[in-house]
Amino acid sequence: MPVIVDYDAGNVRSVQRACQHVGMDAEISADPAVVAAADKLIFPGVGSAESAVDTLRDRGLDEAIRAFYATGKPLLGICLGLQIVLEHTEEGDQTCLGLVEGACERFEFADRSLKVPHIGWNELTITRPHPMLENIQSGDEFYFVHSYFAQPIDNNHVVGTTQYGDKTFCSVIARENLFATQFHLEKSGELGLKLLGAFKDWDATC
Amino acid sequence: MLSKRIIACLDVRDGNLAKSIKFVDTKDIGDPVSKAREYYDDGLDELVFYDITASSDARNIMLDVVERVAEQVYIPFSVGGGIRTVEDANKLLWAGAEKINVNSAAVKRPELIAECAHAFGAQNTVLSMDILRVEISREFPSGYEVVINGGRTPMGVDALEWALKGEELGAGELVVNSIDADGTREGYEITLTRMIAEAVSIPVIASGGAGKPEHLLEVLTEGKADAALVASMVHYGDYTVSGLKQWLHEQGVKVRLRY
Repeated sequence: MPVIVDYDAGNVRSVQRACQHVGMDAEISADPAVVAAADKLIFPGVGSAESAVDTLRDRGLDEAIRAFYATGKPLLGICLGLQIVLEHTEEGDQTCLGLVEGACERFEFADRSLKVPHIGWNELTITRPHPMLENIQSGDEFYFVHSYFAQPIDNNHVVGTTQYGDKTFCSVIARENLFATQFHLEKSGELGLKLLGAFKDWDATC
Repeated sequence: MLSKRIIACLDVRDGNLAKSIKFVDTKDIGDPVSKAREYYDDGLDELVFYDITASSDARNIMLDVVERVAEQVYIPFSVGGGIRTVEDANKLLWAGAEKINVNSAAVKRPELIAECAHAFGAQNTVLSMDILRVEISREFPSGYEVVINGGRTPMGVDALEWALKGEELGAGELVVNSIDADGTREGYEITLTRMIAEAVSIPVIASGGAGKPEHLLEVLTEGKADAALVASMVHYGDYTVSGLKQWLHEQGVKVRLRY
C-alpha cells in the first residue's frame, strides 16, 4: 500500500485526500517499519526544515526513508520533502537525508517587491524529459509556498525549473526512483492531480 | 514568473454563504461548498472562508463546510473568523484548510500570531486586518486605524504599525481589508494597500471594494498587491473568475490561465 510519511510537518490529510481523488488509497504513518516496507512512498511537508528533520530523526524515519529509497520503489517528495532529500539546508544549518547531492538556500532579493516566502502559482519549465511529466507541459502553473530553494550539484538531477524574480531555481528533482516537486501537487488544481495520478502509475523508471 | 492571484472570499454564516455591505445587512446567498466548487472549475487561484456565525455553538457547522470543500477543491484555501487559540486553528487545518486567518483575537492578543506561526508555520498563518480611514494624527501616523468585531470596534492601533508587527510576529501573508471600501463595489483602497505592500516583505492580499475588472487591475499594479480578493462581483454572477483572469491577462497582468 502507498504510505504518506507523517512527521508533524503539514497537512498530510490534504495529501491523502488528493491521493484518494486520483484513485490511490494511501495510509498515513509515522512508523519506520511501515514506511520502509511501503509499495510507494509519499514524503510531503510544509513548515520549517529544521524542526522537520529533527522529528524525522527522533522517530527513526530518516533511516526508514533511506532504506525505502534503496529498494528502488517509487518515492515522491513534495515541498519540504524535496528540500530534505538533499544533503543540507541553510534553514537552521540542518543536515538532511542526502539522497541527492546539493543543498538548500534562502531566497534573497535586493528588490523588495519580490516577497519571501515565494507564495502562489508559478510556471514549470521542463528541462529534461521524465515519464512522470509526460502529460505536463512547460508553462503549466503549480502552487508554491517556500522561502528556501534546492540546488542539486548534478544538473542531471534537475528535471524542472521555475523563475522567481531574477532567480531560476530547481522546482523538480528526479533521480532513479525518486521524483520530487517544490510545488504542492495536492493544492495545484487539476494539473497537480494529474501529476499525482502519474505517480500512481509510475514504475520508478526514468 | 509568479502569477498574481485572484482569491474569492466566501462569508459563511450558519453554514450558508452570506455577503455583507459595509459589514452590516448580511444576507444569505447560497451554498458555500457548491460555490467553491464552481469557482475552482472556473480557474480560481485560492479561496478564503470567513465564518461570521454569531453563536459559538455553530462552529462545528464550519468544520463540516471545510471538510466538504477539501474533498472537492484542490487549491489552497484559508479559513478565518473566531479563531482565538491554536486549538481552534488546528481543528480547521485538520478538517482540510490550508491556512488559517487570524483577525480580531490577534489584535487583542498579538501573541496568537506567533503561536500559530510556531505551530503551523508562517506560510500557513495569515493576518487579516480590518482597517478604517481616520485623520492623520500622532496616534495614527498612517491615517488608518485597525478595527475589530466586523468593523464595529476601533482599537486605537495604527494600521501600518500593526502590519509591521504582524510580519515580525510571524504572519506569512497579510489581508488588507478596507472597511470604507467593503461592499461598495467602488474600488479597492489603493493608497492603503500600496502603503502596506511597500512596507512589508510578505505577500499582501487586497480586500474590499472590488466591483469592476478595472479595480483588480488598479490594485494589482498601482496598489502593489500580490493578490486581489473578490466577493460580490463574482457571487452575484456579474463577472466570472475566468473572464476576470482573461481580461487581466489582456491588460498585461501575469495570471494563471491553464488549469
